[in-house]
Amino acid sequence: MTSSTKVFFLKVIIHLGALLPLANLYFLAFGDGLGADPVEVVIHFTGIGALNLLLITLSISPLAKIFKQGYLLQTRRVLGLYAYTYALFHVLNFLSFEVQFDGALFISEVIERPYITVGMVAFLLLTALAITSISKLKRKMGKSWQRLHNFNYLIALLVTVHFYWSVKSELTSPLFYLAIVLLLLLFRVKKIKRLLLSLFT
Amino acid sequence: MLINIPKKFDLNESHVTDEPIYHERRRLLKQMGFLGAGALMSSAIANNAKAGFFSDDEAPFQTRTLTYSKDPFNQTLIKTPEKKVISHNNFYEFGSKKDQPAELAQSFKVEPWQLKISGECDHPITLDYDDLTKLFPLEERIYRLRCVEAWSMVIPWIGFSLASLLKKVAPNSRANYVAFETLYDPKQMPGQANRRLGGGIKYPYVEGLRIDEAMNPLTLMSVGLYGKTLPPQNGAPIRLVVPWKYGFKSIKSIVGIKLVEHKPSTTWKKLAPKEYGFYANVNPNHDHPRWSQASERRITSGGLFTRNRIATLPFNGYSEEVADLYRGMNLSKHF
Repeated sequence: MTSSTKVFFLKVIIHLGALLPLANLYFLAFGDGLGADPVEVVIHFTGIGALNLLLITLSISPLAKIFKQGYLLQTRRVLGLYAYTYALFHVLNFLSFEVQFDGALFISEVIERPYITVGMVAFLLLTALAITSISKLKRKMGKSWQRLHNFNYLIALLVTVHFYWSVKSELTSPLFYLAIVLLLLLFRVKKIKRLLLSLFT
Repeated sequence: MLINIPKKFDLNESHVTDEPIYHERRRLLKQMGFLGAGALMSSAIANNAKAGFFSDDEAPFQTRTLTYSKDPFNQTLIKTPEKKVISHNNFYEFGSKKDQPAELAQSFKVEPWQLKISGECDHPITLDYDDLTKLFPLEERIYRLRCVEAWSMVIPWIGFSLASLLKKVAPNSRANYVAFETLYDPKQMPGQANRRLGGGIKYPYVEGLRIDEAMNPLTLMSVGLYGKTLPPQNGAPIRLVVPWKYGFKSIKSIVGIKLVEHKPSTTWKKLAPKEYGFYANVNPNHDHPRWSQASERRITSGGLFTRNRIATLPFNGYSEEVADLYRGMNLSKHF
């Protein structure tokens, strides 16, 4: 199998793996099949989904390097865009089903609740990455594209903090995610060191 | 003589969704096939290794019908359907996710049961399982339940006033507070055995009330809901219901009630004292540090698209009955 066939099949799997659960979620939600509080279910499902996809996206380049499978890199954009799609649904769920379009409440919650502020900053950054994933823009941006997309690491940290901060008492899952993020950052320790140094010099 | 004085929070008979109508609706939906397909897929979606556990291996817990007098006042409140009351529970002893207690509590043994009432009182007693439903005449009380997480339900509880139980043991002059304790039995309660499942809180779960709060006629010892004994996920065989306080005060599966001189150290306050206070009175003007308490989502028969966000009322709408208990207190300091 050529690399391009492999990429094709991988992308099919990614599309199905990302879209089917989302479609199923809203199919169940429409039919009142998500238990007593569907609002909590759709918010948590899309939130965790976004984080999972983000971490999968970040694990692609270490995997490609370790297993010497360069073609894997071609799946990063579609994975990242699905991470963004889930994050977008997460925010829309909160706006439409949790605060139910009470604009004042939405804004005050985003500003006053640190865990929501952190989540929203991550979402806005992710929006910028999603928009600049268009090939034309990428070419136009040249070197600054990579600089912008290095925010990925910060986003992963912010989202994990957002998760950790949002739970009432069960810290095992957020700490598990934090460990994975730190592991993924470890693969890029040189690059991150360089980034931090350039920030302070 | 019982004098029925309609209260401010009373609504109108026509608003109640009768249980049979609710079930009829479910039956119709089932026939249409929506529910069947939905149920199959929801277990696939449930992010829970134990999904299907309850349906495969275990017979559901058996409840039985109770004899009680109807709530004379609140028949008009729109109730939360029974199915939702018994499937959406915060009972970390059986898992910290909302659907876990209904799955993991079905083999819970409530008979025999012993509830010991002791401490600063003249006649300490221990109640057996049968005493819980036979010692006092049972009444239905339809109360709003406001969770600290900003959702709420309306539940037809069955039980008796805590006051009538306390009068029986005759508290002495040193009884300033009442401390409650949930059963500690890690063999039966997987959340107590596994830190991840149990949400990292300290067990046994402890709650407390000031003696005047405990003696308030609204404070209920509940042994049932929707006409039947409590299912384990709702705190069988006996639990507290304090309708003007956040739900975590209403401790479940109680084995000990102790009259004490000093304020007991309660579970959530110990875990996060800045977020959860001893009083935990429902207060729209005092936000949880991480979310607003000014409004709530009322869980009724609707699904995702129901516009169910309503204003939260001081003392959950029971000001008339309980505001006097806190006269002169700074409720932002004593939250």
